[in-house]
Amino acid sequence: MMFEYADQIHRCFRCGFCKFPSDFTDLNCPSYNRFRFESFSTGGRLWLIWAWLKGEIEWSNHLAKVVFSCTTCKNCVEQCPMKFSEDIIDWIVGTRMDMVEKSLVPTQISEFLDNIYKYGNPWGLPRNERDSWAEGINRYTSGDEYLFYVGCAGSYETQGQRMAKAFADFLKSTGKSFGILGSEEDCDGNEVFYVGEKGLFQELVKKNIDKFNELDVKKIVTLSPHAYNSMKNKYLGLGEIEVVHYTQLLLEMIQKGEIQLKELNAKVTYHDPCFLGRYNEIYDIPREILKNIPGIELIEMERNRQNSFCCGGGSGNFVFDLLGRSEDSPSRIRVREAHGTGAEILIITCPSCYCMLDEAIKTEKLEGILTLKDISELVKESLEKI
Amino acid sequence: MIEMNTIYKSLVEIVDEEYVSNRKEDLYIYSQDPGMMEPHEPEYVVMPRTTEEVEKIAKLANDKKIPIVPVGGSLSLSGLVIPHHGGIVVDLKRMDQVLEVNEKSRYVIIEAGVTTGKLKAYLEKNHPDLRFSIPDAPPSATVVGNIVIHGQGRLTQQYGFNSDMVTGLEVVLPTGEVCKIGSGSVSPYWFSLAPLPDLAGLFLGWFGTTGIITKLGLKLYPKKKIRDIEVFVVEDPNLVPDVINRVTHTEMAEDIFIGAQPYPPVFKDIIMIGMLLTGDSEDEIEFKRKMIWDALRIHIDSKEGGFMMMTPSIKQDLLEMPTSSTTRFADVMKGGGFEYCGPIIPVEKFPEAFQKLLEITTKYGITYGNACRIIGRSHCMMFSFGYPFNRADPENVERTKSALHDTNVASLDIGGVPWKPEVPAQKMIMEKMDKNTLELMNRIKKVLDPNGIMNPGNWEVE
Repeated sequence: MMFEYADQIHRCFRCGFCKFPSDFTDLNCPSYNRFRFESFSTGGRLWLIWAWLKGEIEWSNHLAKVVFSCTTCKNCVEQCPMKFSEDIIDWIVGTRMDMVEKSLVPTQISEFLDNIYKYGNPWGLPRNERDSWAEGINRYTSGDEYLFYVGCAGSYETQGQRMAKAFADFLKSTGKSFGILGSEEDCDGNEVFYVGEKGLFQELVKKNIDKFNELDVKKIVTLSPHAYNSMKNKYLGLGEIEVVHYTQLLLEMIQKGEIQLKELNAKVTYHDPCFLGRYNEIYDIPREILKNIPGIELIEMERNRQNSFCCGGGSGNFVFDLLGRSEDSPSRIRVREAHGTGAEILIITCPSCYCMLDEAIKTEKLEGILTLKDISELVKESLEKI
Repeated sequence: MIEMNTIYKSLVEIVDEEYVSNRKEDLYIYSQDPGMMEPHEPEYVVMPRTTEEVEKIAKLANDKKIPIVPVGGSLSLSGLVIPHHGGIVVDLKRMDQVLEVNEKSRYVIIEAGVTTGKLKAYLEKNHPDLRFSIPDAPPSATVVGNIVIHGQGRLTQQYGFNSDMVTGLEVVLPTGEVCKIGSGSVSPYWFSLAPLPDLAGLFLGWFGTTGIITKLGLKLYPKKKIRDIEVFVVEDPNLVPDVINRVTHTEMAEDIFIGAQPYPPVFKDIIMIGMLLTGDSEDEIEFKRKMIWDALRIHIDSKEGGFMMMTPSIKQDLLEMPTSSTTRFADVMKGGGFEYCGPIIPVEKFPEAFQKLLEITTKYGITYGNACRIIGRSHCMMFSFGYPFNRADPENVERTKSALHDTNVASLDIGGVPWKPEVPAQKMIMEKMDKNTLELMNRIKKVLDPNGIMNPGNWEVE
């Protein structure tokens, strides 16, 4: 894979624009912020990859850590002033593909991929536990309006399950016809793609599309922006199947007057997930939902929208967390930033972010001070308000 | 090996294991900058957070007689922080706090790792009426790094080199003592270097060979509400000194820069003189614009020059701070590199320097970008001979290196002095330097750095 980019990667000048948001307020590259060695900045990483391609350095576990600790959050793509900026993630993913192909990956990455290959999820948990959260939620049957694609984090992680349950309950309460795949659901493959296992990714795409076709699925609503991204942008052969993220469906229902939101007095701030924001330019929809809840005051974090600071969970890091165990871990920095706004609630729209930020709130001892909520949990509360 | 392990352990005790590395990958990255000087790896990279930690690192290095190289943004492109003799690279970018802004006396105190991007953002957010002289380097360049190389910026035409704007320093000497320089050495206020003996000169322009600057006091200036730009275009380089003289006489421009490049073809054979105008009202801007137009009327009437029409996007590009266009120059050849010699020259030498630029680029078959900045009210100028190169093409790299060598020779020949010179250019300067001056430099270095541990290879008198 890498040969496609080998004659381009030297073009990075290592200027460092990629370290910042557009107004330079703070460091905005998760891995550079975490480790601070130049090697962990995008420029340093690209120079090391080129050095590896030229044979100036050999593969090592540390080189792999440099390469795989990039969360592919796309801040570098957003900020790089060069014409090749759109290619940066491809270069990094291409390098990972090369490393995966040559079995040059650290143990936690190979376990991550093996588990998805064998069990359809990165933790190696039994498939039949995939819908353990979904009591009372129907399996998708042909004719249902929506297939609710829950994804791995939504199916297995406690925080993700809360999100899945909240959204499913909400859908039920509105009378929408939908169903889940339950134990028949497979990983969407987004992380597999960005970690660099192209073969497994293609296999997952095929399995998922076959399943969707077998069930005559017309519309998919995803819980995770990661699944939304892969299905929307990388699933060749998805045909006419419409894919939306659950926030898009929420806003549509609000705007059509299908649900009536009641007053909820709270100061909230919103964290833009990378795969919803920078990857798919969905910035306004979650904010519109919040605007439609009377009494909600949205206080923006300094780094928002295109300049949002990644939670550190992208490219599988919400599982193997190469950026963890430090007060400079991105998730901890992000919850401190959210707390600094004066908001009481941090709103998220991604189960991976939910896992990362929930842990960070505990580590930062912000429990009871800053509450993490999925946007559909907030909508549900508003609907239930008497 | 035992000694190396001892040093590694000592560094870990000083800054914590997280911030010390002797891993191959980190050493590789810190062995080079984006320019074209030969790389050389250090043995360790260490990232202190406090002056006390820097003090301990300096004492350790001095005790063990290990070279020590302080590093900021590593963006001089001259290899000034390449550890030519190995040793310990001290990456100062974790020392990134803005410590104090004095609004009334208009100065800021910052730590050594504060980047130009961060200081700009900090002032915009907290002190919107104040600004500093932002260089054309990327936002990841550190303010201290820019000061140490006598950098220039957007306020240089008004107030001189950025190093002329220093109000105070905190320095860790090579032997480990911490010194304050300027009013801050006797007062809590870091307002000025005067009226004390000017010890800052022992550290500015020395490229870290005399000590490690850990804190900086820097002058801030009023930030006007409106910025605009006019670009005057001439074809004859001989006219440039007169244009500069006339514009600087008005004292109406904030920043004056000159640019010339052969590509795209529309820019070939023209020299652009950019003049930034700032004001608190449109009336103020218009007044300044009129003064400048009137000053250049003679060249307009003779049809030797004229003001260029600009689209809003071109204007925006020219007004951008820090500018990204300098960085984009590195991708002109899709090669990821550019190198430049930017000698400081008398303004009247512009035509001669421009002629040299054309001769050298023709000789080596390379392209160029010329970007100059007027320093003071036409007291001198930085004339940049900028050459993009393809780092993946060794032959192109060699040709560009030869061009750089010729440029350094030419710069000295016309009476200029290469700015932030790489080691070979430093040697050329020292060969030409007054012998007693050279001996004075040597004595100062020996007094401050008896074991020769500070960034060895630079300003090394043989």
